Amino acid sequence: MSSENALLEEYAQREYEHGFITDIEADSIPAGLSEDVVRLISQKKNEPEWLLEWRLKAYRHWLTLEEPNWHNVKFPPIDYQASVYYSAPKQKPKLNSLDEVDPVLLETYEKLGIPLEEQKVLANVAVDAVFDSVSIVTTFRETLEKHGVIFCPFSEAVQRFPELVQKYLGSVVPYSDNFYASLNSAVFSDGSFCYIPKGVRCPMELSTYFRINAQNTGQFERTLIIAEEGSYVSYLEGCTAPKRDENQLHAAVVELVAMDDAQIKYSTVQNWYPGDAEGKGGIYNFVTKRGACRGENSKISWTQVETGSAITWKYPSVILQGDNSVGEFYSVAVTANHQQADTGTKMIHIGKNTKSTIISKGISAGVGQNSYRGEVKIMKGATNARNFSQCDSLLIGDRCGAHTFPYIEVRNTTGKVEHEASTSKVGEDQIYYLRQRGLPTEDAVNMIVNGFCKEVYDVLPMEFAVEARKLLNVSLEGSVG
Amino acid sequence: MLEIKNLHARSEDTEILKGINLSVAAGEVHAIMGPNGSGKSTLAHVLAGREDYEITEGEVTYDGKDLLDMEIEERAAEGVFLAYQYPVEISGVSNKYFLKAAINSIRKHNEQPLISRGDFVAMLKEKLALLGMDKSMMDRSVNEGFSGGEKKRNEILQMAMLEPKLAILDETDSGLDIDALKIVSEGVNALRSPERAIVVVTHYQRLLDYIVPDKVHVLAGGKIVRSGDKSLALELEDKGYSFLNEGTEAVAAS
Repeated sequence: MSSENALLEEYAQREYEHGFITDIEADSIPAGLSEDVVRLISQKKNEPEWLLEWRLKAYRHWLTLEEPNWHNVKFPPIDYQASVYYSAPKQKPKLNSLDEVDPVLLETYEKLGIPLEEQKVLANVAVDAVFDSVSIVTTFRETLEKHGVIFCPFSEAVQRFPELVQKYLGSVVPYSDNFYASLNSAVFSDGSFCYIPKGVRCPMELSTYFRINAQNTGQFERTLIIAEEGSYVSYLEGCTAPKRDENQLHAAVVELVAMDDAQIKYSTVQNWYPGDAEGKGGIYNFVTKRGACRGENSKISWTQVETGSAITWKYPSVILQGDNSVGEFYSVAVTANHQQADTGTKMIHIGKNTKSTIISKGISAGVGQNSYRGEVKIMKGATNARNFSQCDSLLIGDRCGAHTFPYIEVRNTTGKVEHEASTSKVGEDQIYYLRQRGLPTEDAVNMIVNGFCKEVYDVLPMEFAVEARKLLNVSLEGSVG
Repeated sequence: MLEIKNLHARSEDTEILKGINLSVAAGEVHAIMGPNGSGKSTLAHVLAGREDYEITEGEVTYDGKDLLDMEIEERAAEGVFLAYQYPVEISGVSNKYFLKAAINSIRKHNEQPLISRGDFVAMLKEKLALLGMDKSMMDRSVNEGFSGGEKKRNEILQMAMLEPKLAILDETDSGLDIDALKIVSEGVNALRSPERAIVVVTHYQRLLDYIVPDKVHVLAGGKIVRSGDKSLALELEDKGYSFLNEGTEAVAAS
């Protein structure tokens, strides 16, 4: 093995930085899943009857389903009875201010680079911090409420805005949608709820920071974002978890609804614990994310940088119902060591003149396996629909794999679908060239990888682009403008 | 500055360099000429540190140090620059960012402060003008979609920005039309200085009309078979490389 290859391997095995455990007393329920557990979760959250009924319907439906097996990932069978479905750090039931949050929790977020004290945080980002099954704190709520923007933990929205929750919950991802979405619908704990009223441009970025801490515990959050006519919101999501030897399940559901002329930009930097170099431990990230462009001229953009998790299984999709609506999907997915990813998107064109763009960048290193799976569907009524897809794969070393599974269905003859795909290797000639210009191998690889991802970084909000680059261990910060 | 003694190098099972002896002093421009397959490019890449070659014998001293013992990036940081015959494309990385990263890597190695934004911009502006390059090239990805001439010019720009002590130009004239050749040559000539050595590797004499060498060496069969002043290049132009065959045998027999 040449020294370049050795360094590539080293790069591929970079250490996970957020693997620490917060020592805090938790209110957890025993492991296992049953109707009683569903009832218990609902009771702990003091939920209205209709929501409990909805959960139970989902649970009963889930019992009839089998785990999907069409994906290109391998893992031993999951024992759903071995997982804990609710765990919350013990603290006062109702928090009036940040002063009442357990300092251990504040410290945890500080350590993760997410300070929650408003004077310390980035001035233009409101944060909802979700720790295991509950939301700890949401910053800048007053500022947002002045603009009529609701940004609060999901469980709080259930209490304060039950009509909105009831109207939209499950309207994009029904409880019967798929195995993991059904499971989530039955046991979901917390997440974020955002409502942007008509004509309001949300004055700051909204963000949720998810942290799994407790052992043997699954996180099943639920996020719902509603953008009324003519509104705009940019939402960011970040995730980390401690290093643990066993696999932990994260099965989230995210639903977005955009009305006429509304725009939702949803960005994710997913850095769940990926497992160790031998493939032990790590998060199973089985997530259903979908947006509905209900209104005319509405737009939903998904941008994701997926660097973590042992297994990633997610397909952020857009249903383009409204005429002239636009769906976008920009993705960087990294699989190093033994990580596996099967990710992509679905763009369902229903309205006239609907447009979608898919840019997917898969990076594989170590023995990582990276699959892009995407579906573009142009329905009968979708006159003049357009799609452009570009799927690029980059291989680092020669033991990893990249796969592409595009599905295209066009039922309207005026539809136009373009698909481009490429696979390349981080070339030894590229590394040699950069080293000859003075860059050490690691910097050279970082430069090549980040260059490969540039189209996606360009659409990330600035703070996130920085975070994403850091995640790939690069110092492109302060790059020449 | 550069002292090569009895250098032998092989790639897999083929011996390519079979005992090169060459001495280049600071301030000098040497041309290395020779037919295809003579080992010219191999010599250039061996000096830069490409790992595809195995050094089986000999030594190379650069600035008093053992060059062969240094990593590729270390050589670069110590002032060795290779202008590639086939410059490599790096997608998504702007030329400007790449240049600044390279300068700063070298500075970091030499424990110098990083270049300021202002200094960098001023320097870049000056060097772009020197090579008749448009500044829009700086926002394009490194060599991506560049024409052959643009790539070569970009190599010389990098050389101008990195200010090496030893610059090796590998077939910089190939693929250039006469106008581009003149501009690139002017760029190289502007970099001639008493502290800098330049080694020009070329198949054709025409480049040497513009970059006039102090010494010319002819490489054939992995050895330097003749050395002389610039008139040797003209002689080659006149007679072609075939006349060397006798010469090679003569050297081999001696």
